[in-house]
Amino acid sequence: MNILYDEKIDGELHHVDRAELMAAMRAAMPDLEILHTREDLKPFECDGLSAYRTTPLLVVLPERLDQVETLLKLCHRMHVPVVARGAGTGLSGGALPLEQGVLLVMARFNRILEVNPEGRFARVQPGVRNLAISQAAEPFGLYYAPDPSSQIACSIGGNVAENAGGVHCLKYGLTVHNLLKVEILTIEGEKVTLGSDALDAAGFDLLALFTGSEGLLGVVTEVTVKLLPKPQVARVLMASFDSVEKAGKAVADIISAGIIPGGLEMMDKLAIQAAEDFIHAGYPVDAEAILLCELDGVEADVQDDIERVRTVLTAAGATDVQLARDEAERIKFWAGRKNAFPAVGRMSPDYYCMDGTIPRKQLPAVLKGTAELSVEYGLRVANVFHAGDGNMHPLILFDANQPGEFERAEALGGKILELCVAVGGTITGEHGVGREKINQMCVQFNSDELTFFHAVKAAFDPAGLLNPGKNIPTLHRCAEFGAMHVHHGHLPFPELERF
Amino acid sequence: MSEHTHDADQAEALLAQVQAALAAGTPLSITAGGSKAFYGREVNGTPLDVRGHRGIVSYDPAELVITARAGTPLAELNAALDAGGQMLPCEAPDFSGSATVGGMVAAGLSGPRRPWVGSVRDFVLGCRIITGHGKHLRFGGEVIKNVAGYDISRLMTGTLGCLGLITEVSFKVLPKPRASLTLRLEMDRPRALRKFAEWGQQSLPISGACQDGGSTLLRLEGGESSVKAARELLGGEEVSPAFWDALRNHRLDFFRDPRPLWRLAVGNNRTPAELPGDALIDWGGAQVWLKSTADAAQLRALAAQAGGHADCYTPGVTDGPLPPLPDALMRYHRQLKAQLDPQGIFNPGRMYAGL
Repeated sequence: MNILYDEKIDGELHHVDRAELMAAMRAAMPDLEILHTREDLKPFECDGLSAYRTTPLLVVLPERLDQVETLLKLCHRMHVPVVARGAGTGLSGGALPLEQGVLLVMARFNRILEVNPEGRFARVQPGVRNLAISQAAEPFGLYYAPDPSSQIACSIGGNVAENAGGVHCLKYGLTVHNLLKVEILTIEGEKVTLGSDALDAAGFDLLALFTGSEGLLGVVTEVTVKLLPKPQVARVLMASFDSVEKAGKAVADIISAGIIPGGLEMMDKLAIQAAEDFIHAGYPVDAEAILLCELDGVEADVQDDIERVRTVLTAAGATDVQLARDEAERIKFWAGRKNAFPAVGRMSPDYYCMDGTIPRKQLPAVLKGTAELSVEYGLRVANVFHAGDGNMHPLILFDANQPGEFERAEALGGKILELCVAVGGTITGEHGVGREKINQMCVQFNSDELTFFHAVKAAFDPAGLLNPGKNIPTLHRCAEFGAMHVHHGHLPFPELERF
Repeated sequence: MSEHTHDADQAEALLAQVQAALAAGTPLSITAGGSKAFYGREVNGTPLDVRGHRGIVSYDPAELVITARAGTPLAELNAALDAGGQMLPCEAPDFSGSATVGGMVAAGLSGPRRPWVGSVRDFVLGCRIITGHGKHLRFGGEVIKNVAGYDISRLMTGTLGCLGLITEVSFKVLPKPRASLTLRLEMDRPRALRKFAEWGQQSLPISGACQDGGSTLLRLEGGESSVKAARELLGGEEVSPAFWDALRNHRLDFFRDPRPLWRLAVGNNRTPAELPGDALIDWGGAQVWLKSTADAAQLRALAAQAGGHADCYTPGVTDGPLPPLPDALMRYHRQLKAQLDPQGIFNPGRMYAGL
């Protein structure tokens, strides 16, 4: 079963004649930039999940909102699917184009419209990069809290669509917790304001519904984010453990001691070794697991908490606990973690990043299950883990040039996600379902729940023109997946190609 | 003594009642503790009492998550968290003391700590609901990060039961602060509002900021060291923390004024300077409690100029106690209602006429 859009199970799409569509666009929007040649379309055939590629029918690069409005109205009238895209850094194929659809690139809406320190908000266009908001707020001692690891490049419109996270979510929340207001255009080209300049808004909380809806309900045209005062200080402790179980227990003990760290990250042996080889962060390469615990806030409290955490870590059996001596060492400790993905990438021609979330107490069981699956599928797995909020990023190492390895990596990833669901977790903590996890949605939700999701979609886009095939699978797809799933669950040769 | 004193899973019975209502096409009026019965519009429907479906389903302090059935008294939830050294930080009002978990989520009202920690919806991680198609479904879960599918649990928060019957909710919870104290500062309103804006940009452990006309009350919460340092910086006299409970549950003298009570939610640093009536400012300026006989249109215009909206907490003053919606937004509300509750059996009209 191919992951790419399959009209037989994902729903029929209206087939529009490309020349006719272009002519209609040019007539309605003479100054809209439209890409249509093969070489111009190529750079847009995937997002951050480059394993999946589709050439879009057309790419449009609007510069004014009236163009977006006109375009949506035109696509609505002509029944043309629309996939919105920001910076294209998403890791789940949420901005994967459609052969029969228009790719609407919002990257040129890159202006910061207002930074208001007294009101503690910034109003920005959707193509503004996540980090640029914090940089604009910096002179006022403020920042925008959610910090996905792609924050240098990813744009705020995409952050809203994906409800992006980062390493500081346990304490500072996800994107949804840091928004005041979002302006959207519906597929009918109608302007709607969700949220308000106040802390709440009238009516249903459509801002919460919209955040993380992966471009299926509307297109983001403006975002007002909350700004927070920058913490006075941040200090980081690194603890080494001779077993993953002990490290997992230390995480629970820190939280049970009433401490909410700004960041709490775990890495297993393979990830530690990869990062150390690459970055030379000073990680203990013989440890089975390390924890990085960042404490931030008011200086006096941070000092107190460092001592508390040190005591907890030692009591939990840490073989070594180091406090970063200065800001340079703090940055070095984090550099290893932040570069864990590319570091793993150096160990293997390709890697595939998963994103399940589990109750923290299930960590040892899930790591054990992952190790067993790793052996079963014959592929190595390195684990990095946002331990504070239970979000795992197993990295599956494979070589796409070896026949069948990508399919095996894909299948192993699916199994890991199903394990996360089985222990009470979820298939995606922050990367989104997109196209990548569309089949695993069938494991997490039953057909009535999926039907409920489709009803929500129908309230905004009954014709299903916005980002079809993403986020919510059709019942037809789940029926196909379920049939295959049970069947292959009993196969004695898991290395056999199955799609 | 109430008949609803024991933990019980009555989901099957609730589902049967909803299915019967769907079969007969009769609207339901969802009730529980009745502590917020005054809020919103009146519903003509068969009462559906959720109080029997109660009990904490799971609570593990190390996971920072608690799950409870909708009929669980809020006081019981808070007591369990307190025993675990934790709290639901949004400090939702309990008003008469009979509030339930389901009512808290359905109303979505948050207390004085809200600007600094988040609202009820910010702490909702998952829920179970009985739908307008007669199904008992589960959305979200018991993990802090979860972006699989649409965020139905947060959507349900604050819908006043108009999109379905909430039967169970999971919340993120946090440790109680190690230190907490309340300060009273002799500071008039204009100066207090300027100070609120200034303090908001600094790393201060403030978790409550209220101006009652005469004086200004601040709550400091955090580690011992930062609270002590902030107390020295800010001055004032230390007073009882009971003020915040009285504020959250509308038991201050201010609320005894017989005039209608309005709530104006406004943008940070945009609190109106002139208000027609007596005002109590909460949320560091972003929430105004107003005792006023001014008409709804005037108050709503005032709130809109300040980036927000106004709702009326006194029944019978206006047919539309909740802030009216722009046409386009109302259209999507109706379409969502039509999709999720096609027969219109859940609390019809509680939020808006015809919804």
